[in-house]
Amino acid sequence: MSPAEQELVTRSARNGWLLSAPALVVLTLAAVGPLLIVVVYSFLLPGKYGNVVWGFSLDAWSGILYTRDIFDGTLALADAHLSIFWRSVKLSILTTIFTFVVGFPTAWFIATRPQKARAMWLFLITIPFWTNLLIRTFAINEIIRNEGLLNSTLIKLGLITQPIEMIYTDGAVFVGMTYVYLPLMVLPLFAAIDRFDMRLMEAAYDLYASPMQVLRRVIMPVVKPGIVAGSILVFVPSLGAYVTPRLLGGGKNMMIGNFIELQFGQGRNWPLGASLSVTLLIVVTGALLIYVRYANREAGNGQ
Amino acid sequence: MASRGFVLTRLPGFNGIALGVFVALYLPIFMLVIYSFNAGKSVALWEGFSLQWYGIAWANDQVKDATVRSLYLALSAAVISTVLATMAALGTTRRRKFRGMTFIYVMINQPLMVPEIVSAVALLIFFAAIKQATDYQGMGYLIAAHSAFCIPFAYLPIRARLEGMDLTLETAAADLYASTWQTFRFVTLPLLLPGIFAGMMLAFVTSLDDVVITVFVKSAGQDTLPTYMLGQIRRQVTAEINAISTVLLALTVALLTLFFLLTRKKG
Amino acid sequence: MTQTIAVEANHVVKAFGHGETAVRALNDVSVQIRTGEFFTLLGPSGCGKTTLLRLIAGFEMPSAGTILLDGADITTLPPNKRPVNTVFQSYALFPHLTVAQNIGFGLEMLGRPKAEVKARVDQMLALVKLEPMADRKTSQLSGGQQQRVALARALAPTPKVLLLDEPLSALDLKLRKEMQLELKRLQLETGITFVFVTHDQEEALTMSDRIGVMSAGKLQQVGSPKEIYTKPVNRFVASFIGETNFLPATRDGDAYRLDCGIKVAAPSSATGRVTLTVRPEQIRIGAETDADALPAKVTNLVYFGTDTHCHVNLPDGTEVVVRLQSPATGDAGLALGQAVGLSFVPDALQVLED
Repeated sequence: MSPAEQELVTRSARNGWLLSAPALVVLTLAAVGPLLIVVVYSFLLPGKYGNVVWGFSLDAWSGILYTRDIFDGTLALADAHLSIFWRSVKLSILTTIFTFVVGFPTAWFIATRPQKARAMWLFLITIPFWTNLLIRTFAINEIIRNEGLLNSTLIKLGLITQPIEMIYTDGAVFVGMTYVYLPLMVLPLFAAIDRFDMRLMEAAYDLYASPMQVLRRVIMPVVKPGIVAGSILVFVPSLGAYVTPRLLGGGKNMMIGNFIELQFGQGRNWPLGASLSVTLLIVVTGALLIYVRYANREAGNGQ
Repeated sequence: MASRGFVLTRLPGFNGIALGVFVALYLPIFMLVIYSFNAGKSVALWEGFSLQWYGIAWANDQVKDATVRSLYLALSAAVISTVLATMAALGTTRRRKFRGMTFIYVMINQPLMVPEIVSAVALLIFFAAIKQATDYQGMGYLIAAHSAFCIPFAYLPIRARLEGMDLTLETAAADLYASTWQTFRFVTLPLLLPGIFAGMMLAFVTSLDDVVITVFVKSAGQDTLPTYMLGQIRRQVTAEINAISTVLLALTVALLTLFFLLTRKKG
Repeated sequence: MTQTIAVEANHVVKAFGHGETAVRALNDVSVQIRTGEFFTLLGPSGCGKTTLLRLIAGFEMPSAGTILLDGADITTLPPNKRPVNTVFQSYALFPHLTVAQNIGFGLEMLGRPKAEVKARVDQMLALVKLEPMADRKTSQLSGGQQQRVALARALAPTPKVLLLDEPLSALDLKLRKEMQLELKRLQLETGITFVFVTHDQEEALTMSDRIGVMSAGKLQQVGSPKEIYTKPVNRFVASFIGETNFLPATRDGDAYRLDCGIKVAAPSSATGRVTLTVRPEQIRIGAETDADALPAKVTNLVYFGTDTHCHVNLPDGTEVVVRLQSPATGDAGLALGQAVGLSFVPDALQVLED
């Protein structure tokens, strides 16, 4: 490379960094940096009225799975914690599966509309996506709570006399999360199906496949990257969900997100809250890394 | 209107499920909007049309206060994040890949990858320490936090617009004696403007909608509309919340429509 | 008459990529382009012609070598400091500006007074016959009109050299023919040096004062269209421009012996194995019994309207194509399998040494 060429390359890289620098500073101060502090706090001791006391300790980490008996100081598996983790994982997986089951036909439906109608249907999916999550959860709340629309209607019709207890159950959280995260499944599925070459269907039908066989043997394998992307996009926020379980799950049916919050409120155990946050972050990052590796491999295979 | 015979792209049951999904998506929102116009106290029994809940919300000083704060916060965060995102997008697109480019991408998209509750807790810890050290309790914390997590939302449409732009236009400008700054001012910026507006709109909506981070970062008496609503829903639910929700919804839909018109591909 | 040189490239190398994977788009290219001439860089895609153009414009920096403009070294000068303008293949018209604003862009960037810019824009609009379109957005123009705007925009600042990067490739055939004449007219009217890049040999032959034929990053031959066509220096140039026949031969005394055994004369002193080349229209078909004729057999007749291509085989199997003007009656008087005798017009045979 001649000096002039080298100069151009160097200048291009330098300008790239200079232009990105202000954003990086803000992100470091108000997003990435604080995460590192959380890691530090997870190795400290809880203060009596919240916050932390300086002093190294692994209590917050063992506290994720074990509780120390107040009297004899022995460690025992914390059943309450385990049930919260289990609920979080179970509800997140159920939400992912169900959003896929109804989201796939929806994405397919949108992708197979004529060009103009497609934009309209896509817009209809995008509006809930951008609508305040709190409002959407509240809308579900209004329908399923005891004095809500569903119960009042059923009572008015004389089908029941006492309201059915639907809110503050795992089922309510599941319904709520499915409702709020559905667009996150539909959008990547749509993107994948939109790229799908419909002539492959013609070929499959031509070779005597039934509609179900076409779906299972041709369409699904081809749009698999979209399925994986949608599943990750639903699973990750489900696992860290806070607003939906808080409004629909109540105090008893906590998920990890609410459990973390608890440590910074009544629990007054910031280090435990920090270690739980780091754990959640690791799980989510792991899921994303697996996805990135998968996506890269797919992209590599495509060429 | 079932068309007879074979339709290539039709799969059994799919249309029914899809239409069911759209109904299920919109029914709760419609009910919420409808009951914001209810004359009665109940949010489940229809007692006639009225705008009383909008009046009540309008007269509520807490709501007024939260509205002003929400708009102020969203506007500040949108402007700051859009400026930063525009610069970063110019720095990371359409140039030879340089060392650290991937790092910059990861940094910019980091707020999209970390669970909100974790970011919220992290900011709570960090800002608590600063609050203790400086005694500053102002809006700065919320503005900084919102600006940061709005950056990826502003960045994505701007970057998309930049990548779709014909690089030879800038080459042509340089060929026609434009300096680097003139090329940016007279060619790049005017062509990028729709992307910048789109990014700003998404950032605005994202900030306006945020609950979790705001709840953890705000100091006492710094309620935004969503955090005010969150508190109210936990206490007692009145149709006032429906009215506020409806207004927020309308605002979101209006901004999104504008966004789509801006980013729509021209023929 | 002494010729001044407008653009000079000296031993220019341009490599893309690093180390093992590096590709030399230009490999030691030297060329002199004369002031006021219509110079065409001709070659297949990937031969480096556009790279050379971009180096002259300043969009890329050479890996080695220098580029001079009117004798001054401009190798590392950025494009906005070079009195050189480009007509881009995609036109690269600014979509947010009107036709007039596009044309005036360069002068405005140079900080010329408004009145001067306006006058020059009007002048350019007249030159390319687009006065009624001045206030249109460029997206409302047809392809041919966009092409004219791109030309006017590049000519408006009166560059010392105008670079044209396959500007006609997006136009349909009829429009392309019109624009070829138009370009030639503009070049003569303005007297500006044109450097034109194309892969279309017919375009190059009809428009250029001189042509530089490029292949694989190297300049193969520079010369007038007639020189390039009638006296190609190597096999690539001979086959890339027009159709031709290649006849393997060996030096024998002061002439060459074709592989079929017949001796022919050709103006060269090359010895050993050579290739003779002859254009299809420079061969005559006569009777087998004509004196000094090459015996051949007709294997195929392909009708092209005004022409008929007659494929014949020499005794050793070499295939030769002869272009005959189709006679008015539509019948060339030849039949498949017929034995004929070939003869060449004077100076038709060229010797290629490679």
